[in-house]
Parts: sequence; structure tokens; C-alpha cells
Amino acid sequence: MKTVVGKVVVLGHLGVGKTSTITRYVENSFSHQVTPTIGASFFTCKITVQSIPIKMQIWDTAGQERFKALAPMFYRNANAAILVFDITNQQSFDSIKTWVDELKRNVEEAMVLCVVGNKIDLMHERKVSKEEGLKYSNSIGASYFECSAKDDQGVGVVFENIALGLLRMSVGKSNNTLKVYDDDINDIMAKSSELDATDVGNEEVVSISIKSIAHGDTVSSKCC
Amino acid sequence: MSSTVEVEPGAAPESVLVTADSCENFEHMNSSLEEIKNLIEIKQAAEESTIETVVSENLEETGNFSECDDDEDDYVQNSEWTSRKKQVFVLSMAGKPIYSRYGNEDKLAWLFGVMQTLVSFVQSTNDDCIKSIHAGDTTFVFLVKKPLILVTVSKTHESENQLISQLNYVFNQITSTLTLTRLNKIYEQRQNYDLRRQLTGAERLIDHLLDFTEKEPSFLLGAVQCLPLASSVRNTISSAITGACNKIKNLVFAILLANNKLITLVRMKKYCLHPADLHLIFNLVQASESLKNSENWTPLCLPRFDSSGFLYCHVSYLSEDCQACLLLLTVERDVFYVLSQAKQAIVEKLRRTNCLEAINNSLTTNEETCLTAGFTELRHYLYKCKSTAQFYQPSLAPPYTLEKERLLELYKRAHQHLHCSSRPLKLVFEKSSKEVVLAWDTKGFELYVVFEPLIDTTGAINLVGKLLNWIKNREDKLFHLNAPTF
Ligand SMILES: Nc1nc2c(ncn2[C@@H]2O[C@H](COP(=O)(O)OP(=O)(O)OP(=O)(O)O)[C@@H](O)[C@H]2O)c(=O)[nH]1
Ligand SMILES: [Mg+2]
Repeated sequence: MKTVVGKVVVLGHLGVGKTSTITRYVENSFSHQVTPTIGASFFTCKITVQSIPIKMQIWDTAGQERFKALAPMFYRNANAAILVFDITNQQSFDSIKTWVDELKRNVEEAMVLCVVGNKIDLMHERKVSKEEGLKYSNSIGASYFECSAKDDQGVGVVFENIALGLLRMSVGKSNNTLKVYDDDINDIMAKSSELDATDVGNEEVVSISIKSIAHGDTVSSKCC
Repeated sequence: MSSTVEVEPGAAPESVLVTADSCENFEHMNSSLEEIKNLIEIKQAAEESTIETVVSENLEETGNFSECDDDEDDYVQNSEWTSRKKQVFVLSMAGKPIYSRYGNEDKLAWLFGVMQTLVSFVQSTNDDCIKSIHAGDTTFVFLVKKPLILVTVSKTHESENQLISQLNYVFNQITSTLTLTRLNKIYEQRQNYDLRRQLTGAERLIDHLLDFTEKEPSFLLGAVQCLPLASSVRNTISSAITGACNKIKNLVFAILLANNKLITLVRMKKYCLHPADLHLIFNLVQASESLKNSENWTPLCLPRFDSSGFLYCHVSYLSEDCQACLLLLTVERDVFYVLSQAKQAIVEKLRRTNCLEAINNSLTTNEETCLTAGFTELRHYLYKCKSTAQFYQPSLAPPYTLEKERLLELYKRAHQHLHCSSRPLKLVFEKSSKEVVLAWDTKGFELYVVFEPLIDTTGAINLVGKLLNWIKNREDKLFHLNAPTF
């Protein structure tokens, strides 16, 4: 059975709710006391789209300035980026633009892009209008969503949309960092981590044994 | 004073921790990172340079960061602010505010100006360094550590050395988030840089660290406490870690801790961890709830190990049913997935060997109190084995369950007597109406004991002998006696 494994990076200003949105989706939980992310956190989740399992390896990056230099490590070879801002904070919307510019400069491969305005439960404090968000997203070819991690509104569609985008990408074969397997999923789970180790290392050539299970596009050894 | 114990409890032929005085200042940097990296060829030159450019870009755009409220309420008039027992400030050599424990730095700009002027005045007129000012019950301590100035204003009864040690911790925390090299470079490029931009989010680590230094005897002692475990269990845990990590190149430390106590520490041959660095790690873990929900990957500088660069750290909790935190530290930035797999292997092994259960059992079992251990006239104690930088304390018992702070103050006072630089004492026996405090500094250990108020010297000395025997008999369990390496 075909399986798609994609790397998803989540970027955005500190405190906009990146971690909250992911944990809402992955664990269906929310905490007001969540502490700022240190470095980056790794989550995995699986969505089945059109009976094809899509496995997402999600990198939740830290918004703090001091970790900014670390970001290339996570967006390099990513197949999708979720750009989160807080609808009550104009600065966080501006910082999305900076991230998009950085991605455009440094990543050559096609990426599924998704802009997310979070905290819509704080509608009365809204500083960034839906129109503004939509307009910008259209201009960069990204989908646009608004959600509330707190009230569990609109979080699911964000990830489903990403999964769908990854699936399309795998069919189009327009991308050579996305991994598509014909193998049994469990087998892949076991081996995919091995794959990524070389993948991130980015200079190394994929070992023979791994190549033999990779189907279609082989893992890229290219550095963005 | 004599006891039948020949080797002090907790001593081991080799120590997992570097042993040094807690108040010691670190001036000498070592270049452990370089050493380790030189063993491998450095194939990351290209990547390093991209990071450098990002850094300098950041320096360009300082502007709009400090948002100062316009309704300038004066802190000097604010009784909440002035009643704080200990203020801590960090500023640049140029007098720019970096950190203030309480209140908004921008509103305190004038105060930072005064502090900078004091430091530079003393420096320029006498080519000297201002250390402290004593005014009534308030002590001002200055620590000039280029490129930063750290100041504390304290009404606590801590000694100057203890306060300096806390300021050193604050400096180390800042270094740990940025590296000293980076810190120096920032100020070389721009004397007037507003460092708060780089430290956003790290202030909460400094806040937490200061609370920690005030509440935890480990900072006072420069030592760590271990989670009590049968030595066979601890060894199994260590070998599960070495087994899973043996083949991973350039892994420097693997640390397992829970509830602020060390379970095990495995290290690369030749390298040791300094307790001060381990304290920063404990602080990071304790202050960051978010680490619990996922696997995490973060750069981390351990200033005593090497203040010039970052180690990369895989941080995760063992499992939902075992809340011990595992940290795998390496010099390589790209090995997250390798370490993630190693972690899985470790957890599986620990599960199979029932070690997770053993850890949980120890976590849920309260330490013995002096009373349950059979020492009726003894209330509480701290025992530090110097050669391994580890300490042990029993559970709190009344009256100190409600007076934790006062107990720690007693210990701080006693510690001050033993470590006062002008007239250090070897033995202190202090009687008050509330309790008797004995402090004893020997070559191998430091012991601080609090007795019932009516005990006499002979009784106390007898008990200390018995206590040392009691600890000795349990040293396998209470201390990390092996120093496993990869
Ligand atoms: N009202 C409201 N608050 C939210 C929402 N999502 C997150 N928050 C709160 O916003 C704060 C920051 O959330 P995080 O998820 O830690 O933000 P982050 O983007 O991961 O932050 P960094 O890791 O520091 O970059 C927390 O106090 C959350 O409780 C939301 O949808 N509505
Ligand atoms: Mg976060």
C-alpha cells in the first residue's frame, strides 16, 4: 500500500500558539500554562486521505529570537510549512512575511504553504482582518485558515489541508524530498527515522538498504 | 569527633561530576567542544557560516523592541517593589538594562545608569573594582563579568559569597542561552546593543533560577541529590543507556533525572560535568513544562564545560507512565533522529527490565525522615560528599515542613561560617532556643545537622557518628557511585 511521509515545519512569532495548535490536533488538549518551546519540538501524526495514509513529521519551532538561527535546520527539506500568527497581534502577522521571504530565499523545492490566524476566540481584540490574511496568503500561493486552539475551532482542517497538499505533491512527483513508499507502513515507521538521519545530514548518500525500500523518488541529498 | 566510618559515605573512586567549590568563580575556559570536534572532521563549515550571517542580520535590526508603558509609575514609590527581599539586575558595560528580577527595566533606566556609573567610577579612579556596599540591613553586591555587570540588592541574610555565587549562576544562565563567544561578539560589534532581544523568553529561566538558588540546598552546596535506587537498578539503567548509545559518535553526556534528582549520568570518557552546569539543566527542565509533551531538540551551552559553543540536546520524558527526563547531549547538530531512536531503545530496555517501575516507586516513596530512620533527637541534615559532589537530605519533618525557608536560612548561616573567606571554621556548634545547629567541614565531606534544642555536645557528637554510619550503610542506594562512560 502506498504511504506518504512528509516533513512539516511550523513557524511563527513567539506566543502565537504554534505548540497549542499542534497539541490541540495531536493530543486534543489545551493548556493556558504551556511554556515557550525550547529549540524545537517534534511531533508525528497520521492522517488518511482517500484511503492513503499520510504520515506527518511535524517540527514545532520556537518563536524566541535566540532560536531563529536554528530554523534552517527544520525548514530545510520540509515539504510543508504552517505559518502561524495571532489575529490580535499585528507584529506576529508581519513576522509571517519575514518567514515567507526567508523560505523563498532558501528553499528551492516546492512546499505546501499554509497561513494560520490563531486565537479567533479573542475576536473582539482582532488586529488583523480576515481579508488581509486571505489577500496575503493568495499572493504567496498559500491556503489561509483561522482557528482557535483554545476553543478547538478550525484546527483539524489545517492539518487535513496539509495532508491533502502532501498527497497531491506525491502524485505530481514535483518534489524530490517527499517520501513515498510502497511498503507496509509499520516497516516504514521503523525505517523512516533512519532515512531522516541521513536526510538531515544532507551531504551523505542514502545507504543501499534504505534505497531498496524507497519507492519512486529517492531521498534527496540536496541542500537548499 | 570520631566515627567508625573509614571512607566517607558516598565517596567513589571516580566521580561523574567535577568537584569544585560552589562559590568558585570560573575564569578559565576550557575548550572541550573544540577537542571533541577535532576528533571528527568538521564537515559543517558551510552551515556554520549561514548561522553567522543570520546573527549579524539580527544585530542590525534592534529598534522597536522595548515597549515602555507611558504611564510611568515610579517604582521607588511602589511599596511592593521596594519591599522585595532580593533584587537582581543585569546591565551591559555601557549601562543598558538587560534584566531586572522585578519590574520593567525601562522604567528603571535611571537606576541602571546609577549602577553603571558606580562601577565605572570606581574603575576609573582607583583602577579597582567595586564589590559590595553595606547599608543597614541591605547588601549591594556587584559582579563585573565582561561584557556584563550583575548587581544584587539583598535584604536576605545571605553572605556576600553566597550572593556572588547566585550572580554567577545568572551570568552562566545567560551564557548558556547565548554562549560567551556570541555575547562578546555582540558587544564588540555594538556597545549599545539591547540584549533583551536575544534573551526574550530566557528571562523566565533566570527568574526560575533565582527562585531555585533561594530554595534548593543544592546550589548552596554545589552538589546534586540522587534519586534513591538500588545500585543494581541504577547500573541496569546506566547500561541500558550505554548499550543504546555506544555506537553513536560524539555523544558527550546522557543524563536521566526526575523530580530534581539525578538518576544517572553517562559521559564520554575524559569529560566530566560540573554540578553548576547540571544545575542549569535541572533549572531548564523544571522551568519548561512544554518539554513534557514531545521530543525536543535544542542547542544548549554548558558554560563550565565549554562556554564558547553549543552542545545539541535531545530532551524527552521517558514515557507517559514514567516522568523521568532524559537528555542526550552531543556536539553534532544533525543527529536528532539517531538520538530519537536511541531513546526508544533505552525506554524499551528499561521497561523490560522493570526499571521504569523502580523509578516510579522511588518517586512516589517519600524519603525517610530523621524520625522514621530512628534518630529521635535529629530533625534534619544535609550531607555532602565532596569527592563526588553529591548530597543527601532526609524528608522534611515538623517544625520545618512549615518553615522550609527558615531551615534553609539556618543552613546558609552555617555554610557561611564554614566558608567565610576571612576566617573559615571547621566545626560549628550553635545553640538557640529553637534548635541546635552543627556544621562540620572535613576533607571528605560537609555535614550540616539540626538537632532538638536540648541536646548537648556529647549527645550531638554521638549522633553524628551514628548518622554517618547510617548513611554509609545506604550509600549504594543514595549516591551514584559508578561513573559510567560510553
Ligand atoms: N485565547 C487563546 N489563547 C491561546 C490560543 N492558543 C494559544 N494560546 C495561548 O497563547 C500562549 C502561547 O501559546 P503557545 O502555544 O506556547 O505559543 P507558541 O507559538 O508555541 O510560542 P513559542 O513556543 O514561544 O514560539 C499560551 O498562553 C496559550 O495558552 C488560542 O487559540 N486562544
Ligand atoms: Mg511553542
